[in-house]
Amino acid sequence: MTAVSTTTVPVAQAMADIPDPEVPVVTIEDLGILREVVVHESGRHVEVTITPTYSGCPAMDVIERHIAHVAAKAGWSCTVKTRLSPAWTTDWMSERGRERLREFGIAPPSGRRPVTANRVSLSLQLRQVACPRCGSADTEEIARFGSTACKALRRCLSCREPFDEFKTL
Amino acid sequence: MPAAAAYVLGLADDALVYAQRLGEWISRGPQIEEDMALANVGLDLLGQARALLTRVGELDGTDRSEDDLAYFRDEREFRNVHLVEQERAGFGFEMARLLWFSSYQCELYAALRASSDAVLAGVAEKALKEVDYHRDHATQWVLRLGDGTPESHERMQQGLVEVLPYLAELFDDDPTSVAAAESGLGVLPSSLHDSAVAHVTRVVAEATLELPTETKWRSRGGRDGVHSRPMGYLLAEMQHLARSHPGAQW
Repeated sequence: MTAVSTTTVPVAQAMADIPDPEVPVVTIEDLGILREVVVHESGRHVEVTITPTYSGCPAMDVIERHIAHVAAKAGWSCTVKTRLSPAWTTDWMSERGRERLREFGIAPPSGRRPVTANRVSLSLQLRQVACPRCGSADTEEIARFGSTACKALRRCLSCREPFDEFKTL
Repeated sequence: MPAAAAYVLGLADDALVYAQRLGEWISRGPQIEEDMALANVGLDLLGQARALLTRVGELDGTDRSEDDLAYFRDEREFRNVHLVEQERAGFGFEMARLLWFSSYQCELYAALRASSDAVLAGVAEKALKEVDYHRDHATQWVLRLGDGTPESHERMQQGLVEVLPYLAELFDDDPTSVAAAESGLGVLPSSLHDSAVAHVTRVVAEATLELPTETKWRSRGGRDGVHSRPMGYLLAEMQHLARSHPGAQW
C-alpha cells in the first residue's frame, strides 16, 4: 500500500487498519486488498483503491462501505476505486498478516502456485501444509473449497483438528 | 448493439447462466464439501459476469447496470452457448461439463489478457486464476471417477458422451467474435480449440476413459439468442424476484 500525502495523516492509517469482514484479525492492508490511498488534504478528500481477492467475493461490498464509513466519521469525503489489474495474489499478504492468520487457526498461503494456461497436473493432489494449531505437517485436504472462496478445508492427522487453509493464489 | 459490446455480453452470459446452474447443486451434491465447491465455482463465475455485464453497459452506450442486463433482458437477448443452460443432470455430466467449460475458459482468459480493452484484460487476468482452479477441480473428479469403480467409470463416460453435442458451439467463429477479434478486443473462439482439447484429452486418457467424437447432431444458435428448452425455465427462476418486486433489497 502506498500513501501519497504532503504530511502524515491519520486518515490513511485508519484505512489501513480496517479489518477484513470474514477474518477480522487481519486488516485489509495485511491481506493486500488495500492498494493505494491518495489523500487530498486541502479538500479533505481521500481516494482509496482496493483490489478483490476473488471476482465474486461478497466481502468487497462490505469493505467498500466500511471505508466510506471510516472516512465519513473522520470528516473526510471519499471515493473508492476497484482495480482488477494486476490481479490480487496471496504474495501480497504481509508477514504480520500470515502470522495473525496462523494464530487465528487458519493456515496461511504457502509458496506460489504458478498459473499457466497449459499447466496440467494429472495426479491426485498431495501438498504439505502445516497445521496452524500443533505445527504438524501431517495434514490432509478434506475439501478444495471451504467456507469462503479464499479458503480450503483440511484436517490435521496428528492433533485431529480440522482447520481452514488460505488458498495460495 | 456494437460488436464489442455483443462479444463481451456473450462471455458474460456464459458465466452468468452457468453460475445459476451451479447454484442448483447446493444441497444436491454427492457430499456437503461438493455443495460448497460448486457454489464457490458458481460464485467466481457470477463475479466475472458482474464485471463483464457492467462493461457491456458502458460499451453499448445504454448505461445499463449489471442488474438491468441480468434481470431485464428476455431469452432472445441472451448470448450464451447451449452447454451452460442445459439442466442439471448426473454428477458425471456436471464434471464433464465443468471440465470442458473451464478448459475453454482457461484458454479464453489467457488470450484475453492481451485484449485492447483494458477492462476486459483486467477481468481476464483476475479470472484466469479462478478458472484454472475450477479446471483443476473438475480434473481431479474426472480422474477419480474414471479410474474408480466400474460404476463410477461408466457414469463418467456417459457424462462425456452427453456433453459432446454442445462442445462445437464453444469454438464457433460467429460474426460478432470475428469482428471483436479483428478489432483486438476479442479472440477467435476457434483459436482456443486445440489447447482446450489437448487438456481434456490428457485428463480423459489418464482417467482410463475414452473421448467420444462421433455425434449425430450439434447445438447452434446460442450466440444469436436462439436457445434450447431449459433456458426459459432457468430465466424464470433467476429473474422472477427482480421482476415481481422491482428494486427489492434485503
